[in-house]
Amino acid sequence: MTPTKYVGESTRRVDGLEKVTGAASFVDDLEFGPNLLHAEIVESPYAHAVIKSIDTSAAERVPGVVRVVTGKDFPYRFGLYMQDRFIFPSDRVRFVGEQVAAVIARDAKTAKRAAQLVKVVYEELKPVLDLGEALKADAVLVHPDLGSYTRCPWFFPQAETNIAHWRKTRKGDIEKGFLEADEIFEDTYTVPRYAHCAIEPHAIVGLYDRSGRLTLWSASQSPYTQRHVFAQALAPLGISHKDIRVVTPYIGGGFGGKAGVSMEIIGVALAAVVRGNPVKLRWSRAQEFYNTYQRQGVIARIKMGIKKDGTITAIEHTLHWDAGAYVEYGANVVNAVGLSATGPYRIPNVKIDSVCVYTNLPPGGPYRGFGYSEFHFGLESHMTTVAQKIGMDPVEFRRRNAILEGDTLAYGAKMNPSGLHEAIDRVAKEIRWGEKEISKDPNKSIGKGFACFWKAPAMPPNAASAAFIKFNEDGSLNISVSGMEIGQGYLTVMAQIAAEVLTVPPLKIRIEPPDTDRNAYEWQTVGSHVTWGCGNAVKAAALDAREKMFEVVHRAHGFPHDTLYLENEKVKCRTHPDFELPFKDFVISGIQTAQGNFIGGPILGSGVFMPEFTSALSDPETSQGGHPNVHYTVGAAAVTLEVDKETGKMRVLKATLAVDAGKAVNPDLVNSQIVGGMVQGLATVLYEDMRYDLKGKLLNANFTDYKIPTSMDIPDKIVPIIVEVPQPDGPFGARGIGEHTMIPAAAMVANAVEDAVGLRIKALPITAEKVALALSHISYEDVKGSYMGFCFAGKADAYAFRTGGPKRKPPKGGRGKGNSRRTGL
Amino acid sequence: MNKRITLMLNGEKRNVDVEPNDILLDVLREKLGVKSPKIGCERGDCGACTVLLDGKTVRSCLILTIEVDGQEIMTVEGLSAGSLTPVQESLLEHNSFQCGFCAPGIVLAATELFENHPRPTEEEIKEAISGNLCRCTGYQSIIEALLDVTQKARTKV
Repeated sequence: MTPTKYVGESTRRVDGLEKVTGAASFVDDLEFGPNLLHAEIVESPYAHAVIKSIDTSAAERVPGVVRVVTGKDFPYRFGLYMQDRFIFPSDRVRFVGEQVAAVIARDAKTAKRAAQLVKVVYEELKPVLDLGEALKADAVLVHPDLGSYTRCPWFFPQAETNIAHWRKTRKGDIEKGFLEADEIFEDTYTVPRYAHCAIEPHAIVGLYDRSGRLTLWSASQSPYTQRHVFAQALAPLGISHKDIRVVTPYIGGGFGGKAGVSMEIIGVALAAVVRGNPVKLRWSRAQEFYNTYQRQGVIARIKMGIKKDGTITAIEHTLHWDAGAYVEYGANVVNAVGLSATGPYRIPNVKIDSVCVYTNLPPGGPYRGFGYSEFHFGLESHMTTVAQKIGMDPVEFRRRNAILEGDTLAYGAKMNPSGLHEAIDRVAKEIRWGEKEISKDPNKSIGKGFACFWKAPAMPPNAASAAFIKFNEDGSLNISVSGMEIGQGYLTVMAQIAAEVLTVPPLKIRIEPPDTDRNAYEWQTVGSHVTWGCGNAVKAAALDAREKMFEVVHRAHGFPHDTLYLENEKVKCRTHPDFELPFKDFVISGIQTAQGNFIGGPILGSGVFMPEFTSALSDPETSQGGHPNVHYTVGAAAVTLEVDKETGKMRVLKATLAVDAGKAVNPDLVNSQIVGGMVQGLATVLYEDMRYDLKGKLLNANFTDYKIPTSMDIPDKIVPIIVEVPQPDGPFGARGIGEHTMIPAAAMVANAVEDAVGLRIKALPITAEKVALALSHISYEDVKGSYMGFCFAGKADAYAFRTGGPKRKPPKGGRGKGNSRRTGL
Repeated sequence: MNKRITLMLNGEKRNVDVEPNDILLDVLREKLGVKSPKIGCERGDCGACTVLLDGKTVRSCLILTIEVDGQEIMTVEGLSAGSLTPVQESLLEHNSFQCGFCAPGIVLAATELFENHPRPTEEEIKEAISGNLCRCTGYQSIIEALLDVTQKARTKV
């Protein structure tokens, strides 16, 4: 590749100064004046109930209350991929904490007080809290009208059941694959729900002004997609896209939780009823846990056929997802996994069933990794177990089966260029794979764990990105895009890409968060796709601006376009070495001729990108025939873990992760993603532990009881490794890496725990408590009962431990049944 | 029921009328126009609302405004009135923050640390910012930046 000046440099973040000075504004920081109204919602105390009546009269009488809104005011459905939600349900509630009414008042205290006076009479229904229950033939239905819902064409709900979507992928001949195998290994892995825990809670301010313009200031990863969903939901009011403006200032973390539309639809509805007054809705930390999206739980059964030489002949991967009360976004997580649950391996015979199941728990949805974190726990645990069973080194086993460029993917398309082998080798070297480490403390044992990963962006085939570039009088420039700076460094990377083409240093480029009235289109900032997709649009816009500059110079000086080039913010000419024209001399004012007139005018560039080669159309029984994913990003990771055999406490001595970035546009920011994603992933296995009561109420919706890492809880050392096998259609070869860094953490810890103390834990999380109990031969479910992720109650074997090592006592009854087949799933 | 109180806010004497149950964080943000302390959890868990009260870090979401009558409050707005402090400079150079929502709280926690310990160890740095949750960075880039402040302080001696 040609050498680059700005792309590939660890330049300073363009938003860095705003952030260290406190100047960066978030939605809740914006001022709206004395007419700002505040809203508070009334929440369902039941997981499943019919709403019999709502009496708002007492709340309406409170001085300062402006309006009380219920489902009768907004009988409209909405949803990103499937319209299965009402803004306020008027028939029944489907999870604890669901909004049934809202109070709008002059101040927040009054709104809160009045909300407690809204009287709602419910008739409780049996809640569906368990996947096994949900799938029974006579199951209570969470959505009796499922068959009539509007949805995207690649979802396959099954009417009169709780199955919202079923993605089936079939490749080769699965029966033949298992016949060819020398050994078949089967096991079940369980992953509970998790919360994003962005430190900024969701917030939206809406203003429906008297002229009919609706402006929303929204803490969102998806301004354009929000506008589209809002326009669809409010169409009955005669509001369309051009009437709606979504402004998204900086957001305090997203991780998928601020993708699509969740609580924001309420803010939109409230604005519509208090025309002329801005109204604010801000989620509390508790609401942040139970009324946005949660990461979906999954029970995954893996059956793998394998030859003695370590070649995988077949995989059958069956995943049942606890998708919660509404799946308008979450079903697409299920879909993505259904296409990719082979992991990054070349497997000729594949059968994947990824089943999205409605339950009466909070809505599931996107969370960094988009299903891949979830299924990699089982798959990468299984890979190590299988390797051990055939007496092969787990890293060598992965290396032998690792996918190569050109291999046929499970759905029939070809694999993109991949640095997976390099990633495996560099991680193995960094972690000194194969060298046993001994703790100086006899009560502690050290183990190592390894995991590979891959992930593709899950996008509709027409997910597009657009960019505008305009120059300023001093030769600096503005980039207008609508990807979201969620912390990953997107704005900086876009500036670097434009800088590379236009030779303007990134810190002379102003690029801001989106405003749908002014900024160019972006589908959403999800799927780790914006460096790639929007980067391509920005590069195209920069090339367009460069062409426009060449044209002005050509018209003024007569030099042909192909003799012109840019260097250090000047236009130069190969055939006239003396000629140089600084940008600031002409990009606004044009070039003056000998006659005194000016040629040119302000330089503007525009660029668009859409992955025209993709298609979501395929055979629903096999998923063959389409090209649903643009490409995969691959990598590997490993951990050195010290386990205290008395307390179960684990300490990460070292963690390392290699990701194939294609081209790291800003290596410092890639490293930051690796470290941040790794810690977030480690938290899902070591600390975070979501608990529900027997009626479906979340018990630990706060940071006191739901532990996310502090600065004292991080690994002793994290070594990020960047692999660069270019993505041919990426800007300068780049592809996304943001979500991927979280994916391998859970499995690599599970593998390290087994290496250290001989326990194979097949249900997340792997907390110190669980390890200590297992080491004491106490079955976890004996202690935890149904509090352990209630949606999985009754799945005892998934919580059981297989004890290993010669000195251990045999497991008591009720444990150690790792290979048993389950029924009902 | 309102009471007028006086406080020194970022070096300036300010009067404000408060109700007895007004939380300091809300008063700073809504009545005094200081937006850098953020609302993250409203129960003292996350540290996003950190301010310096008479030079010591406190969680402004846990303090009744009426209690701070006559006291001195410093936020990042006050720190940044002139040029960047060495702490801010180092955090900027290290690309330490991602979304930046926790940044004001961490800047103040680090400021307090360096006031008391000009040359903190890595453990002291981790301890000092352990009350400020960050979900993006994994803290490493922040710790490195603060260690670098220490290095620079050492080379100056």
